[in-house]
Amino acid sequence: MANVERPLSPHLQIYKPQITMVTSITHRITGVALAGGTLLLTWWLIAAAAGPDAYATVNGFMESWFGRLVLFGFTWALFFHLCNGIRHLFWDAGKGFELPAMRKSGMAAIIMSVVLTLLTWVVAYSMGGVS
Amino acid sequence: MSMRTPLKNVRHLGSAKEGTTHWWHQKVTAVALIPLFVIALAYVISLVGADYDRVRYILSLPFTSLILLLLIGATFYHMKLGLQVVVEDYVHTESTKVVLLMLNSFFCAIVGLAAALAVLKLAFGG
Repeated sequence: MANVERPLSPHLQIYKPQITMVTSITHRITGVALAGGTLLLTWWLIAAAAGPDAYATVNGFMESWFGRLVLFGFTWALFFHLCNGIRHLFWDAGKGFELPAMRKSGMAAIIMSVVLTLLTWVVAYSMGGVS
Repeated sequence: MSMRTPLKNVRHLGSAKEGTTHWWHQKVTAVALIPLFVIALAYVISLVGADYDRVRYILSLPFTSLILLLLIGATFYHMKLGLQVVVEDYVHTESTKVVLLMLNSFFCAIVGLAAALAVLKLAFGG
């Protein structure tokens, strides 16, 4: 039995990345990352409720370069999970399963997530006057 | 004529006895989170660069509290369901899996409630 030449489940390292698998695993990774990001939102809300000093601390972190990097990543993860999540909702409705449609919607989700992230930060910077 | 055996009918809803409940709740919260996220994002952008008093005032408005409480409820439930599937997919040692599933429930409940309490405190002062 050991010598039977069955097709093997492909090893990920030698498997050519496809848009469907990349968006699938990225959806999961961004989901887990966003779970960590909820700590940031909760920290901000608790600090705002606690008082000016606590709020200054959380604001100081958010405005540091590291804080901004985290927030930028958080923003992108949110938009990707949102865009790709909408794909999932269409699949749940039984639509968009043909491979060309899947690739197209996958590309659209990736591009839209980047565009919306950049747009959000441009708007935030221009409105808030953050320097 | 149904091809199902009587036993199969008795055992409906599958081995977890939940049927599609998990999946359906994931979808309901997903749909709810789309508009909630958009509104919350508008709040965040409008509060960039605002001082503490302004932030405090905006967060004390009833509409803000409503949106935030809905957002928190949908987010942490959606998150609990999602992380649960990740654990179930990747952790195959029964004891570790059970512990991680419990920790997931605890984590989502604690952080979610903490966030909700902060919103309530902001709403009712104190």
